[in-house]
Amino acid sequence: MGFRTINEANEAVIQKIIAAAPFLTDVVPAKSVIPELKEYVLLHAGPPMKYENMTDPMQGSCVGAILFEGWAKDEEGARDLLENDQITFIPCHHVNAVGPMGGITSPNMPVLVVVNKESGHEAYCQMNEGIGAVLRFGAYNEQVINRLHWMKDVLGPVLSKALRTLAEGLNVNVLFAKAIAMGDEFHQRNIAASLAFLKEIAPIITSLEDVEKEQCTEVIQFLADTDQFFLNIAMAAGKAMMDAARTIEHGTVVTAMCRNGENFGIRIAGMGDEWFTAPVNTPQGLYFTGYSAEDANTDMGDSAITETIGVGGMAMIAAPAVTRFVGTGGFNDALETSNQMTEICISENPNFVIPTWDFKGACLGIDARKVVETGITPVINTGIAHKIAGYGQIGAGTVHPPIECFEKAITAYAEKLGFKG
Amino acid sequence: MLYTIIKENTYKDSIVLMLLSNKLSAIDGVSKVSIMMGTPANKDIFKSSGLGTDELEKAKPNDIVIVVDTDQEQKVDEVKEEVEIALKGESDSQNTSKGQEAHNWKRAMELANNPNLALISIPGQYAAMEAENALNEGLHVFMFSDNVSKEDEVKLKQKAHEKGLLVMGPDCGTALIHGVPLAFTNNVNEGDIGIVGASGTGIQEVTTIIDRYGKGVTNALGTGGRDLSTEVGAITMLDSIKALNQDPKVKVITVISKPPAEEVQRKVLNLLRNIDKPVVTLFLGDKPSYQEENIYHAYTLEEAAVVAVQLSNGDKPNFEPTTADVNVVLKESQVGIKGYYSGGTLASEAAMLVRDAFKDTMTEEQSDRYVLKTNTHEIIDLGDDVYTKGKPHPMIDPEKRIEMLEKSVNDPETAVIMIDNVIGNGGHEDMASELAPAIKRILDSARQDGRQLAVLATVVGTAQDIQGYEKQMEILKESGAIICKTNDQMVRTAIQLICGKVEQPIVDVQKFDYTKENLAVDDKVMSFINMKPSVINIGLKSFTEAVQNSGSECVQFNWRPIAGGDEKLMKVLQFLNYYEGGTI
Repeated sequence: MGFRTINEANEAVIQKIIAAAPFLTDVVPAKSVIPELKEYVLLHAGPPMKYENMTDPMQGSCVGAILFEGWAKDEEGARDLLENDQITFIPCHHVNAVGPMGGITSPNMPVLVVVNKESGHEAYCQMNEGIGAVLRFGAYNEQVINRLHWMKDVLGPVLSKALRTLAEGLNVNVLFAKAIAMGDEFHQRNIAASLAFLKEIAPIITSLEDVEKEQCTEVIQFLADTDQFFLNIAMAAGKAMMDAARTIEHGTVVTAMCRNGENFGIRIAGMGDEWFTAPVNTPQGLYFTGYSAEDANTDMGDSAITETIGVGGMAMIAAPAVTRFVGTGGFNDALETSNQMTEICISENPNFVIPTWDFKGACLGIDARKVVETGITPVINTGIAHKIAGYGQIGAGTVHPPIECFEKAITAYAEKLGFKG
Repeated sequence: MLYTIIKENTYKDSIVLMLLSNKLSAIDGVSKVSIMMGTPANKDIFKSSGLGTDELEKAKPNDIVIVVDTDQEQKVDEVKEEVEIALKGESDSQNTSKGQEAHNWKRAMELANNPNLALISIPGQYAAMEAENALNEGLHVFMFSDNVSKEDEVKLKQKAHEKGLLVMGPDCGTALIHGVPLAFTNNVNEGDIGIVGASGTGIQEVTTIIDRYGKGVTNALGTGGRDLSTEVGAITMLDSIKALNQDPKVKVITVISKPPAEEVQRKVLNLLRNIDKPVVTLFLGDKPSYQEENIYHAYTLEEAAVVAVQLSNGDKPNFEPTTADVNVVLKESQVGIKGYYSGGTLASEAAMLVRDAFKDTMTEEQSDRYVLKTNTHEIIDLGDDVYTKGKPHPMIDPEKRIEMLEKSVNDPETAVIMIDNVIGNGGHEDMASELAPAIKRILDSARQDGRQLAVLATVVGTAQDIQGYEKQMEILKESGAIICKTNDQMVRTAIQLICGKVEQPIVDVQKFDYTKENLAVDDKVMSFINMKPSVINIGLKSFTEAVQNSGSECVQFNWRPIAGGDEKLMKVLQFLNYYEGGTI
């Protein structure tokens, strides 16, 4: 593959992103598509890390996953396994997966399967559990574990059956395009996309012949209750898109952004699988009554894949409704944020046209060079977890990657191309 | 007590801030104040001037830092207010200027209409990189910035030469490109004399004298002071001479420089001997020991200008130095010449002539604060780095000169004081009115002390300069100064007053063998000097206005250090942005 300049390589990468055709095709047990996910193996969000360096909510998620898998009888047994290095950890990103918040994914959890039909890349993400006490925020009480079992036994198989009735699966780009025009930015706000998904899937579920009516009702009720259900679909779609873009292997476009509560990690096209990391920041935003910044956990989760493809905080202007919730002032601030993001991006994505932005396409292709040049870092919309496991989400806001990630990435790439000095 | 104010992420050019520093110093109750960008080098200046604070260390290169020394805390607010007003005024005036402005290369190239020249006046440590960026964009470069390393200069000029482009500078103060004045340049008639010069004020003195003789200069190409060093090897000068030679509108070529390294001088002369057009050279500091049939070797700036005019008229070269009439009675004890110059080359010329006149009787002291220093005479270039660190150039700021003038009167041995007033684009709007009261004061003070004093002044400028050549002379004359037409005349007048004389060189015509040179010039250079340039101005805003006022196109690039001023990252970015290779 011959590119004369970085700009040419970057252009090839963004063309690959535009050409991507993500389809949601199935929901399957994680272990059936991720061979590395054997007994006593867990996936986690962000760049590689050790158990001992995980923050409390992420460690709580590990306990919950072990209880769900039945590898230990109780919390004590689970902690024993974890503290004695009996559990192997792999970053989601290393096995074609992404995971929200802690991102802890175990072999029997059901995962969404999104296929990029342009390139053949598959990506996986566990399903959204709703809000309140949930595993991704570190909760592991009985209610959490029971819900995980229900998702494995009912939600997963029902959705799988429904999706398999579609010859090609569900075209995710169509859902993106519809919902961005209805005020979603796909990280903090997914209600329109989740409803659009429900609109597609509900008639199929009710017509499934080999599913009990009670289960159909439960599944539809769950989807109707879970405003953020589409976030995890968007994440898997983003991963499938960017993994295709990564095959260009040249240039300075950011192909992944993720965090694990300890470090923020990015990848750029020209440096392949290498992570460039720096300590994470703590999100800034608004808190639910009774909580404050003091209670906030550091930044975590693979969900920043949405910003990597140009939505989420990058497309703040698409979702004026959430700007106040994430702590910015209002429409004009959202406009300013998105306008500023164009300074670090190469182009705009014709697939994601934003009406509130005078029908401009969402930001496309974060150029690590431009981030370093301007000092403007991508803005990420995020939920804020309590720093103690089990409390769950306590607020929402925005967070920025540390600029050192980008500085390290472009320096390494320049050195790879022969830069000395 | 020291107070520190930091304005984050507000980049302003150092000249703007230096002028603001002066304004803030004038606030009553403020004993000392300085305002600069928070670069490591500037922090050192703060510290060495006794304004070092702990807060200062937190400032980043893109932050404006103000340190105030005052006993009255309420004065800090006053300073803050003044700063806000000044910075706001600055940005307001930016908004009202013609055309749009860019903040990065991409935008600048989009806004500009077929640009072919980058005018660079940003801080030295960043200038080389932006010059390279400009060359990569296919632009000729005029580097006003100084403090650029010699290695970088060599690299840039070699690259430019290979690409068929010219790099004027670094530390280039003056150039006329097809009649368009760049940086500190006078408005001069267009005409058939072409000039290449390694010195800014040298070019200004020669072009303005030519103008006053009714002739003109269409292209005066500056090379920067180090172009004729061994390492740089006169790359820009040689390319410029060839360009003027190829330009059919140029009748006479004039070359101005300090005496170059010997092998470089040989290279330059060899090229000139290949040329059929009449040539005037001035290697200021060398007394010519021979003439050539087609090359006139001049001794002073005025001589170079006058001979160029004569050759352009088709006359035989003939230069007769002159002196001005002076009615001053000096005491026997008054024997010293003092020269307080804003033009470096003018100071060098003065030193050269004084040395020539008194070489048998005087002993020089070595000091980097003086161009010439003996127990009686002193000639100072107040534009030298020693005097300008953290202060504006004396062509813009009269303060240092006034201080020197007032000090000089305390020395009863002083006979003559010489000052220059370089007007034109980039200069102070009315320097004569700033200097006049000081001149009056010292003349009065000497008189009260029972002695007379000769204050000689020369104005470097033309009738077309905004300050008004005649008006500036008139103001100085009224203050009691004796006006000399040129620096040559001023220095010879001073020497005569203390009974010295400079002999003009009497020389024979000699013939030299020379090796043949390829005189071909890249089309890009020819088209550059044959039309008004389309300029991208990176740095000082006032340069954009001067270019636009002369009817040329100019896009203002409001530069600020990228990557927060981190030099390694800037280099990484430059490497990636201009990387070319089939293998990535």
